[in-house]
Amino acid sequence: MSDALNRRGFLGLAGGLGLAAMTGCGSGGSTGSAAEPTAGGRLRAVFAGGGAKEVLDPHLQSLFVDIARHKAIYEKLVELGPDLKPLPRLAEKWEPDAQAATWRFTLRDATFHDGKKLTSEDVLYSLARIADPNTPERVAQSSLAALDLKRCKAIDKKTVELVLTAPNAEFPALLAGIGTQIVRDGFKDPTKPVGTGAFRFVSFEAGRSLVANRYDDYWDGAAKIEELQILSADAEARANALQGGQAEYANEMTATFARTAEAGKSVKIVAAKGSTTQAFVMKVDQPPFDNPDVRMAFKLLADRQRLVDVVLAGRGAVGNDLFGKGFQYYPKDLPQRERNVEEAKALLKKAGLLNKEVEIFTSDATAGFVEAATLFAEQVGEAGVKLKVTTGSAQTYAKDLLTKGAIGSHRSGAMPIPQYVTDRLLSKSPFNVTHWRRPTFDAAFAAAQVQTDEAARAAKYGELQKTLRDQGGILAWGHPDFLVAVSAKVQGVQAVPPNTLDSGRFDKVWLA
Amino acid sequence: MRSYAAQRAALAIVQLAVLSVLVFVLTALLPGDAADMRFTETLTPEQVVRLREQLGLDQPALERFMHWFGNVLTGDLGTSLISGGPVLEIVKASVGATLVLTVATLIVVVPLAVALGILMGTRENGRLDRIITSITLALSAIPDFVIAVVLVALFSLKLGWLPATWVGGSLLASPVLLVLPVAVLLGRTVCLLSRQVRAGTINALHAEYVVQARRLGVPRRRLLLRHVLPNAAVPGVQELARTGDTLLGGVLVVEAIFAIPGFATALVDGVETRDVPVVQGLTLVLAVVALLINLGADLVCNRLVPRTELLR
Repeated sequence: MSDALNRRGFLGLAGGLGLAAMTGCGSGGSTGSAAEPTAGGRLRAVFAGGGAKEVLDPHLQSLFVDIARHKAIYEKLVELGPDLKPLPRLAEKWEPDAQAATWRFTLRDATFHDGKKLTSEDVLYSLARIADPNTPERVAQSSLAALDLKRCKAIDKKTVELVLTAPNAEFPALLAGIGTQIVRDGFKDPTKPVGTGAFRFVSFEAGRSLVANRYDDYWDGAAKIEELQILSADAEARANALQGGQAEYANEMTATFARTAEAGKSVKIVAAKGSTTQAFVMKVDQPPFDNPDVRMAFKLLADRQRLVDVVLAGRGAVGNDLFGKGFQYYPKDLPQRERNVEEAKALLKKAGLLNKEVEIFTSDATAGFVEAATLFAEQVGEAGVKLKVTTGSAQTYAKDLLTKGAIGSHRSGAMPIPQYVTDRLLSKSPFNVTHWRRPTFDAAFAAAQVQTDEAARAAKYGELQKTLRDQGGILAWGHPDFLVAVSAKVQGVQAVPPNTLDSGRFDKVWLA
Repeated sequence: MRSYAAQRAALAIVQLAVLSVLVFVLTALLPGDAADMRFTETLTPEQVVRLREQLGLDQPALERFMHWFGNVLTGDLGTSLISGGPVLEIVKASVGATLVLTVATLIVVVPLAVALGILMGTRENGRLDRIITSITLALSAIPDFVIAVVLVALFSLKLGWLPATWVGGSLLASPVLLVLPVAVLLGRTVCLLSRQVRAGTINALHAEYVVQARRLGVPRRRLLLRHVLPNAAVPGVQELARTGDTLLGGVLVVEAIFAIPGFATALVDGVETRDVPVVQGLTLVLAVVALLINLGADLVCNRLVPRTELLR
């Protein structure tokens, strides 16, 4: 059942890596563009299921399978590109004022499945629905808390003005987050979904399937396939369904499956290189990691290549103690951190940690966590520090990590770098797993975030990330590939990080 | 006989009450609650706190239990903490697939096991008996998931004759979906059951009344059907009731491997997400079914061979 456990955690985590990732894709870049697209047919895509937890309400989603279902039916104003940079979708364009505090979004000429045109009112209604405090489980509530809803208004049918409580040049990226879909004004009944997406709803059974048909008037060009089924199943069943011909697309496959599948001819692997992040997180306010020398020593002790080779079966890239390799704003010019046991030993000696024991808190919440911790314990052991691996409950790991242990395992999926910082590295961040709370860092980040010039903003973000890499508590050792498997006749599937526009997107896919 | 049934029913109700307390306590002992389970780095800790209040999980455990229990007495199984829908709906939706699976398995198992059992029993220690015994014993020693993986690899992935999963399939449209799951469930159950029928047959054949009947020249066919079979069936029927446990264990594995949205899957999901009302509802239904089956088995045995009443 370990897969059943895994399907939960990944999302918040859900992560990715973009351009750098895409270049090395080998067999699995985009799945063939030579063949001429053909129309028609049914595509069955299998994702990790969530049982009764699965929802049709796009504002409650948190699983990949939900996200894919909602993407078929609904759309957002903004989506993220392969490098996690905002791309216009239902919003054709946007423009901030000089402070980046008031934003004007121009809507595209799109229609809902019932024929009604998309207007500013739909946008305002959707945002208010997400923010409704009576439904605390609406996932975008915290990311869109920056909206001053009372002051947001429709300028005309096609223009909507969104006002923020504090300036933020990254606001469009927030509108591309999880659970930010635009629904119809007055939308109340999620069991009868009406969106602007490429597919119209037919039927849904939680934990089993969604059936949807092509929407011919879709603004971005009608989908090529006629019918889309999005199904739920655990890893074993996904593999069997794909190989046995009961599905044409399988999401989130293992490295082991990829190896066996690549040997045959019936299945293709589409690998988004290094799309997610795996790290050890050290709490900077707890001994021994409150000492920067110890944090640096641990970073110097990690044999990243070996961790990638063993834990990820080689399907991933080495990390450089930073989130978001290949994403927009990632500082590409920083040198790769190399292993240096001697230097680490000197630092540990100075800190008085030699021959002491430290506990690492992990769980099998995510594939590879326990293996990585065990292997890292060996690597740390070479410098004379004993790392004791403690395994906690998989289901409560996300919560436990915040409170338990001084060092633990961490995984994150694709999200824009500023969002990762906002969620995890500011004094008030809800998921601050390293307890990195530095008022100067907060202030510098806030200053960067209101900088409307993109190049200047990128430079400031770069400096902040360099500080994190050298002083912070994140030891990002690897960036696992995100693996999708498709049957040989499926064309047009893109190798992109999860949570981006082209991931789990089926309107541009066709069956050869 | 009627008082026997009434006694058993009263006992069953007490058992159910104790069971529901136990299940509640055990799920309460698991780390985290349904609100915590939503804590996946998409909901902030503040959102989780508000959610917990909304779900009533901040109330004392005893209060929550009494509330639930009161509802159950009025026939209301409550609301899922995860989906927000009625538990009864979840139970109904998940029971269907498992019921079909179990009934289909039993339809194959019972005649097969009885036939094999009698065949073995009437040829005690003969060549046929030894061969069937070896095969069934060997089969029963293989875990269900191994059988499943081998069957899927062979009949679905290699030969392509049978579907490998229920993913995207509909039982009504393609009953062939049942073949592999039933085949997997069949293995151990047939073995256990046929062993019992064999033992019963042998015992009956050696019984004095059968020996006497044979001496009196009762034809073999009539002897087997009228005199041997009813006695031989008693351990079989009891074993069949016990088969419930074996089947349920197997069903869990089979549902996972073939992606069947059934009872076991729903139960595991419920425990995993700490959806206590769903876990309670499913266990109650399961307990009622188990009790009814055992009660039924006892009554059937009682009927087949009335003297067993004396032994109870």
